[in-house]
Amino acid sequence: MAKMNLLQAINEALDIAMGNDDTVVVFGEDVGHFGGVFRATAKLQDKFGKDRCFNTPLTEQGIIGFANGMAAQGMRPVAEIQFADYIFPAFDQIVNETAKFRYRSGNEFDVGGLTIRTPYGGGIAGGHYHSQSPEAYFTQTPGLKVVVPRNPEQAKGLLLASIRDNNPVIFFEPKRLYRASVGEVPEGDYEIPLSAAEVVKTGSDITLLGWGAQMELIEAAAKRAENDGISCEIIDLRTLMPWDVDTVAQSVINTGRLLISHEAPLSGGFAGEIAATIQEQCFLYLEAPIARVCGLDTPYPLSLEKEHMANEHKIFEAIKTCVNF
Amino acid sequence: MTDNSAQPQHCTEATLVDGHALVFPTLRVLQADGSLYEQAQLPQIDKASALKIYHSCVFTRVLDERMLAAQRQGRISFYMTCTGEEAAVLGAAAALDDADMIMAQYREHAALHYRGFTLEQFMNQMFSNINDLGKGRQMPIHYGSKALHYMTISSPLGTQIPQAAGYAYGQKMRGEDNVTICFFGEGAASEGDFHAGLNMAAVHQAPVIFFCRNNGYAISTPAEEQYAGDGIAPRGVGYGIKTIRVDGNDMLAVLAATQLARQVALEQQCPVLIEAMSYRLGAHSSSDDPSGYRSKEEEQKWREHDPVLRYKLWLQAQGWWSESDDEALYQQYKQEVLAAVKVAEVLPMPELSTLVTDVYDEVPKHLSEQLEQVKTQVQQYPEYYRATAGKEHL
Ligand SMILES: Cc1ncc(C[n+]2csc(CCOP(=O)(O)OP(=O)(O)O)c2C)c(N)n1
Repeated sequence: MAKMNLLQAINEALDIAMGNDDTVVVFGEDVGHFGGVFRATAKLQDKFGKDRCFNTPLTEQGIIGFANGMAAQGMRPVAEIQFADYIFPAFDQIVNETAKFRYRSGNEFDVGGLTIRTPYGGGIAGGHYHSQSPEAYFTQTPGLKVVVPRNPEQAKGLLLASIRDNNPVIFFEPKRLYRASVGEVPEGDYEIPLSAAEVVKTGSDITLLGWGAQMELIEAAAKRAENDGISCEIIDLRTLMPWDVDTVAQSVINTGRLLISHEAPLSGGFAGEIAATIQEQCFLYLEAPIARVCGLDTPYPLSLEKEHMANEHKIFEAIKTCVNF
Repeated sequence: MTDNSAQPQHCTEATLVDGHALVFPTLRVLQADGSLYEQAQLPQIDKASALKIYHSCVFTRVLDERMLAAQRQGRISFYMTCTGEEAAVLGAAAALDDADMIMAQYREHAALHYRGFTLEQFMNQMFSNINDLGKGRQMPIHYGSKALHYMTISSPLGTQIPQAAGYAYGQKMRGEDNVTICFFGEGAASEGDFHAGLNMAAVHQAPVIFFCRNNGYAISTPAEEQYAGDGIAPRGVGYGIKTIRVDGNDMLAVLAATQLARQVALEQQCPVLIEAMSYRLGAHSSSDDPSGYRSKEEEQKWREHDPVLRYKLWLQAQGWWSESDDEALYQQYKQEVLAAVKVAEVLPMPELSTLVTDVYDEVPKHLSEQLEQVKTQVQQYPEYYRATAGKEHL
């Protein structure tokens, strides 16, 4: 296995997907020769040519509309939105078109080949236009799959599965970890199945659930809780929609407690949906209210970023409160 | 209302009109050596305003150089320069009334300086300290000032274009003697908002000046991968908007074009589009490295069209400026900027309570509760929240 960072893992996944399937085409703002502002698409134009890896004009609406058209025609476009904060100009194309293509046509047409990649999340001193975690807007849109990897190995396997999935997938990449997260990544082609959560660590007192960059903070808080004698089970949800209710519910039945943590604001965040479902499924097993540790219900700030974030300390305190309920 | 009275022409043979059939002339006034082109007309300009423009040129050059260095030293997190486009920005700003609203993209701080934004105000924003008018919420260079009629910058590209149309329409309805100017790059002109904004302004005849800084690149994407036609100017015509193309590195030409645009927008209460042809001499931002996508030779070629130098030569030819004046002004600004950095960087950050203000007009209950939770956290972990610890009462 080779050691690489999250960006390199994504680049490798794209390289493999393009190499194995001529219908995979990669494009977006600055994606061509330069390889994207984060260099996730570096060298792909050299290798596969300008027809299959290219710069687009600066229009997210155009990029996704174009990708919808290509996908409807049977191609597998992988469209990059430079920052998740700038996915909103494409919101109509994604929410009204991508998501409903199959349904509204009675399966006459679909855009199942489409994958949208976009860097999301905070902790990089980016203020509110380079830090948002907009996943919940898309989990509320039937027809879209939403995937968030937590490290290089996961990113490669999940991205390959997303590109080959016959449904449109929004693939949120934790940009704070692009270079910071380095790990062993299996060689060659492999997929990690969508809609399967992973139990990262087993434990008996509380289940900690998250996705993407939040997993690092959850793991750090869990370590401290373990020092205090609290045994944590940690689950990475990986696919937010459709999500793996069974794995989470089984874990909560075993531990009796659930804490969900995400970066996005609390209200209307995906943690609320999970809490409601688990409360239905595990009501008699719960020994404490389901805890949510999330971003504040404000736009993402710049100078008070630490205070705003659902950080390790906030998670740690919430674990103790939950266990001592 | 728009004049749609042109007589239709008919033909009996299918005729394709090529986009390039419309050839756009580029207005120029100043030659590289500081003299005027033959028959070129001087815009309205007197010594005082000519020197005021030049002061802003030098200020912007110094600020850009020093703050880029400050970014490299890790003192601020991010920076973007105006280098190479000073004439496009200042030529436009100098043609306006102080009360005309400026809606900028992000590379137009020279115009803000021309309006009177102080060095301290620039610094407070970049260091997102307690005195920042924007309360430390946005990345460096996202300035704004109500007093100076400069709308606070928003990062998503193109969003200000339809807003400018609406703002100008409001000015028209209120019978104001002002216009709105909206700056954007040739890259942002690909956004849906550009097309929506121009069409709204044209149909509803809003007194807005759309000002495109065509600087050849949108991050790494060269203009030839941004659009297939002859630039942005013909689009104005397509939307029924009076349009002018100008040499964006020629201060006097930009001034002349914008003076005309303002006069037309105000007198006829209609939109005008200006396309200023220029070049982004620096990196896209402090996070960018242009050597990955363009050559040093190309940049060098454009350095020879330096808009500030050309304008300085003209000032000197008028007998209004000398090399020693120049030296002194650069020195003065360099010292002032360095001193201002030292003051701004040690000021505290905005109060903790600003975390939840201005989300709504008043702080709702759920946000005051969330603030209380944060205060408890800060007390528990003062080491982690070093910048706010001890100030939880605020
Ligand atoms: C909607 C949106 N998409 C993408 C970005 C990221 N971005 C910031 S600046 C930029 C390039 C802008 O180019 P241009 O409009 O030509 O202006 P210039 O920087 O050349 O002055 C891009 C892609 C953004 N800020 N907003």
